[in-house]
Amino acid sequence: MAIDQISIFVENSPGRLAEVTQTLGAAGIDLRAMSIADTMDFGILRLIVNEPARALEVLKAAQCVFSVTPVLAVSVADKPGNLARALSALAAEGVSVEYAYAFIARQRGNAYVIFRVEDNERAQAILEKNGIQVVNSDELYAL
Amino acid sequence: MKYYQREIECAPRDTLRALQSERLARTVRHVYQNVAYYRDLMDKKGVGPDDIRSVDDLPKLPFLTKDDLRDAYPYGLLAVPLHDCVRIQSTSGTTGRRVVAFYTQDDIDLWEECCARAIAAAGGTKDDVVHVCYGYGLFTGGPGLNGGSHKVGALTLPMSSGNTDRQVQFMCDLGSTILCCTPSYAAYLAETIVGQGRRDEIKLKAGIFGAEAWSEEMRRDIEKKLGIRAYDIYGLTEISGPGVSFECEEQTGMHINEDHFLAEIIDPDTGETLPDGAKGELVFSCISKKAFPLLRYRTRDICVLSRETCSCGRTLIKMSKPMGRSDDMLIIRGVNVFPSQIETVLLGAGFPSNYQIIVDRVNYTDTFEVQVEMTPEMFSDKVKQIATREEDLLASLRAMLGISPKVTLVAPRTIARSEGKAVRVIDRRKI
Repeated sequence: MAIDQISIFVENSPGRLAEVTQTLGAAGIDLRAMSIADTMDFGILRLIVNEPARALEVLKAAQCVFSVTPVLAVSVADKPGNLARALSALAAEGVSVEYAYAFIARQRGNAYVIFRVEDNERAQAILEKNGIQVVNSDELYAL
Repeated sequence: MKYYQREIECAPRDTLRALQSERLARTVRHVYQNVAYYRDLMDKKGVGPDDIRSVDDLPKLPFLTKDDLRDAYPYGLLAVPLHDCVRIQSTSGTTGRRVVAFYTQDDIDLWEECCARAIAAAGGTKDDVVHVCYGYGLFTGGPGLNGGSHKVGALTLPMSSGNTDRQVQFMCDLGSTILCCTPSYAAYLAETIVGQGRRDEIKLKAGIFGAEAWSEEMRRDIEKKLGIRAYDIYGLTEISGPGVSFECEEQTGMHINEDHFLAEIIDPDTGETLPDGAKGELVFSCISKKAFPLLRYRTRDICVLSRETCSCGRTLIKMSKPMGRSDDMLIIRGVNVFPSQIETVLLGAGFPSNYQIIVDRVNYTDTFEVQVEMTPEMFSDKVKQIATREEDLLASLRAMLGISPKVTLVAPRTIARSEGKAVRVIDRRKI
């Protein structure tokens, strides 16, 4: 039930991030979640969008460098300690999280957390065993 | 005493010319007999040792280039049995671009004498303390000036490069009077000394700075900050090392030690010899060395020769500072860098060969950046993975070049292209 995350190379120079997001916006692509990892001279923009297939075409046409990575999305009630619970469950089984980012869906009162792990299926099984809901792509894209 | 070997340095032109002709004829014969590689070149050009009787015959000889050094690596241009050699020196850079030069004891002696002349011209005597912070080792800078200082009889401080605080401490404690290093390091040392408020503790009176290009403005700045006279020195490992030419108190060009190294200026495109005063590529012929006497070696340095009388009394011909190169070689922090070396590393590491080299000079120190365009193959959603690839690339570049660039990954198609051809080198240094 992994979700396609699009990672885009963004050169660390003024206006580059705006350029990439504008390209997607102009094509009518909605961003569901995003995070940026940055270093001294470049950044990686990670996105969950409503129409991944079309987004990829748009990025390709714009000659961006990108990759698609399957990630896990979980939904937890937007309450203190809930994220920690999910992370502890994974840690207890020795699953390390490469990176994670979260966003909140207001109308549902839920927080969504995106996890990047090596083995999605195993991580999903662990989370579900611990009563944490793993969200499928339809739910996420429809938010 | 401002001369080391007055009888040569101030010799009448005719005397020097006779000596040069005799040495040239002898060296050509020696090379023809012992270096098959050059003998083939001479045979191809239809010229034999008997055709070379005086310096006027020099243009008859074939040229040697860095490509010949690569083709003949490592022993192909050696003119004496290896057991007669006592030393090897080398340039930085790896396969294909590395120069390995061989020396007999006599070769070492004459090289060190050339450096001694430079030290004497800078006012050095037995009473001086010569502080050498050129690198020691395969690089000719340290060993050359070290040997020259010994010949002069000065007290020699073989500091080698790096560890600036220790350099300053020794300079203050031991009263160094003559500083030998690259001009950019001299500028850095000057700033450090002034910054530490130790200007009054140093006893420097002169500096001999070479191995990289520097401007007149930089010279005046170093001179003012350190309260010294700063002299230029020129050389290349292929010909011997530092001391091929050196500056005198007039500071208007470098006297070439032409009793050992014949200089010519040629048109880099046609190879035609140009008259004194014309701007062109500098070519050297070694006429005294035994082990590695390169003949008509094209330095790729563009400069001008002048026979005008010098107020210092030396009759040795003078060369201007190199004004550029006739190939694409860059000299960055004293190290020779060819763009093709960078291309080799990039391709070897799985990067596209789309790169750009940006060189600048900030506070008298060269900055060196290699921009590489990101590709889908290179990319990852994990920062760590990209950073690792970047570090690997940096390590390979460092191993190939001998110096570390800053590596910057840029977006595809951001590297400027002119008429479809990428601009590989942007050199913003104003020298």
